[in-house]
Amino acid sequence: MITQFIKSREALLLLAIAIVIALVSTRFPDFAAPANAANIFNDTSILIMLALGQMVVILTRCIDLSVASNLALSGMVVALINSIVPGLPVPILLIIAISLGMIMGACNGILVWKLDIPPIVVTLGTLTIFRGIIFLISNGEWINAHEMSASFKAFPRFELLGLPVLSWMAVLTVIVFAIIVIRTPLGRAFYAVGGNPHAAVYTGIDVGFTRFMAFVIAGGVSGLCGYLWVSRYAVAYVDIAGGFELEVIAACVIGGISIAGGIGSVGGAVLGALFLGIIKNALPVINISPFWQLAISGSAIIIAVAVNARSESKKGRVILKKAEQTT
Amino acid sequence: MSILKTLLTSATVAATLMAMPAHAQETKRIALVVKALGIGFFEAAAKGAEEAAKELGDVEIIYTGPTDTTAEGQIEVINSLIAQQVDAIAVSANDTDALVPTLKKAMDRGITVISWDSGVAAAGREMHLNPSSNPLIGNMIIKLAADHLPDGGDVAVLSATTTSTNQNTWIEEMTKVQGNYPGINVVTTVYGDDKADKSYTEAQGLMQSYPDLKAIIAPTSVGIVAAAQAVTDAGKAGEINVTGLGLPSEMAGHVASGASKSFAIWNPIDLGYSATMIAYNLATDKAEAKAGGSIPMGRMGSVMLDDNTEGAMADPFVYDSSNIDDFKDIF
Repeated sequence: MITQFIKSREALLLLAIAIVIALVSTRFPDFAAPANAANIFNDTSILIMLALGQMVVILTRCIDLSVASNLALSGMVVALINSIVPGLPVPILLIIAISLGMIMGACNGILVWKLDIPPIVVTLGTLTIFRGIIFLISNGEWINAHEMSASFKAFPRFELLGLPVLSWMAVLTVIVFAIIVIRTPLGRAFYAVGGNPHAAVYTGIDVGFTRFMAFVIAGGVSGLCGYLWVSRYAVAYVDIAGGFELEVIAACVIGGISIAGGIGSVGGAVLGALFLGIIKNALPVINISPFWQLAISGSAIIIAVAVNARSESKKGRVILKKAEQTT
Repeated sequence: MSILKTLLTSATVAATLMAMPAHAQETKRIALVVKALGIGFFEAAAKGAEEAAKELGDVEIIYTGPTDTTAEGQIEVINSLIAQQVDAIAVSANDTDALVPTLKKAMDRGITVISWDSGVAAAGREMHLNPSSNPLIGNMIIKLAADHLPDGGDVAVLSATTTSTNQNTWIEEMTKVQGNYPGINVVTTVYGDDKADKSYTEAQGLMQSYPDLKAIIAPTSVGIVAAAQAVTDAGKAGEINVTGLGLPSEMAGHVASGASKSFAIWNPIDLGYSATMIAYNLATDKAEAKAGGSIPMGRMGSVMLDDNTEGAMADPFVYDSSNIDDFKDIF
């Protein structure tokens, strides 16, 4: 068990993260201090949640490019609602954001499932459509800090046992995803559909429906993050989180989730996101030229994919991990 | 009977024709053409134009523009203004070059043409009014920080992208005048890429790397808002002053929270006022638009024209807790 863990991707990533933290600490000693570590985790929370949503989609051999647009649209809608009806309690806004995100995810899912359009094309389309809708409903105007109610902005900042609610949301999402992926038939179906769609059909799994569900889940997470994002940065406008979908996919790739589907774990996605989050927070404090920052982030992705490709080529695709271990 | 009718009609037409130029001499019709209708900034500029018209007395303002920010839309609008034989056109252009042929046509018909805010190539206008100038802005952003730091201290710059021409020029101009503000120590420049999340993280990084930081100068509207939020979240509102260039509507909350003591941006009301004054003075031949010349613009003083017949209106206007409520609903 232990040797298996040491060989795993997660261990490799943990090691990489430890090295980065150690390197940064030589130049900025307080970097690994608990307060700063909590700060980085809080900063990375949204990326972790989105990476988990993206993970289930990628597991089924699909990809969702519309997560950031979905986030921005859900965020804009709740911000608009809040500015018009400031009295509406936050839990209701949360439900609105999540449902809206799920509806958008379902749009992607239906197109992939019923019309059999390649997911990259579908989500490339909806990516632009969602952004366009934000423009339509907001007229291109910003919703600013003073137009949001105090409770709207306070929710993700509220501290519970030393950590802000935003961080707890990420923790909660990790737990829920771990349960879905490991403990439910749907979770196992994600792996089966991505690992070998044809075999999955023979075992009685509805491939289209499984993919649909993956998109709905990813959409729901994006919707939730929409509220959290807008509330955290206290501003909503058309371009929020522009290009963030690429960062989310990068986190998944670094976390060892195979773009070809069927391989990946919750731990990997979380560590992949944390790795990017740590780099993002470390580069500003160690005074690296902004020109290098882009190159460093890019190199991390390519190295991760290279390592991935090597480890994947040795093994065959695994549909049912438990079954493989018992035989 | 019918002959009499014809004669009478002709007489009326002749009278009207003769009356028209006389009427035009009485009131000058100045058209304020904006990038698009319905934008708070330009609505405020129109307010300034009306103020100028009231002051001048014999001016009628035609506030117009396309419904979306396209050069095609503006060309249509300008063509119809030429047909209406207005006396002057003051335009904030959606495209530097695309409007030139149409505006040339207007000048050929004796219409005074100036551009303001967003300029037209020199061939298509008599002069261009910039809201401010790069040296004035560069000086203003460091002055804003220095005004609240009588004993000096560390300040950092949070810019847009590494390649943003405007921001780079302003920061360069700021560096030139840095010597006039002894004690103000500019420690670094970081780039938030004009994204809320990256600017927020960069601002957090600044606070960690420079524990003695006293002010963050963000000459970008996205950066200033994100930095103010990061400072508030770190519990340092009031301790670190976030300043720079921003819009009152976006900054109102952060001025109220104390994260930003003051910031600057050009005042659209003054801009509309000045553009109208200049257009009036040129149209009535009270001033001439030539390189090195100057044109009076009422309460705003007068504008000096450079070799490119461009001029800068004034220092950016400073907004703080005393006046932000008057402006936050405007733009």
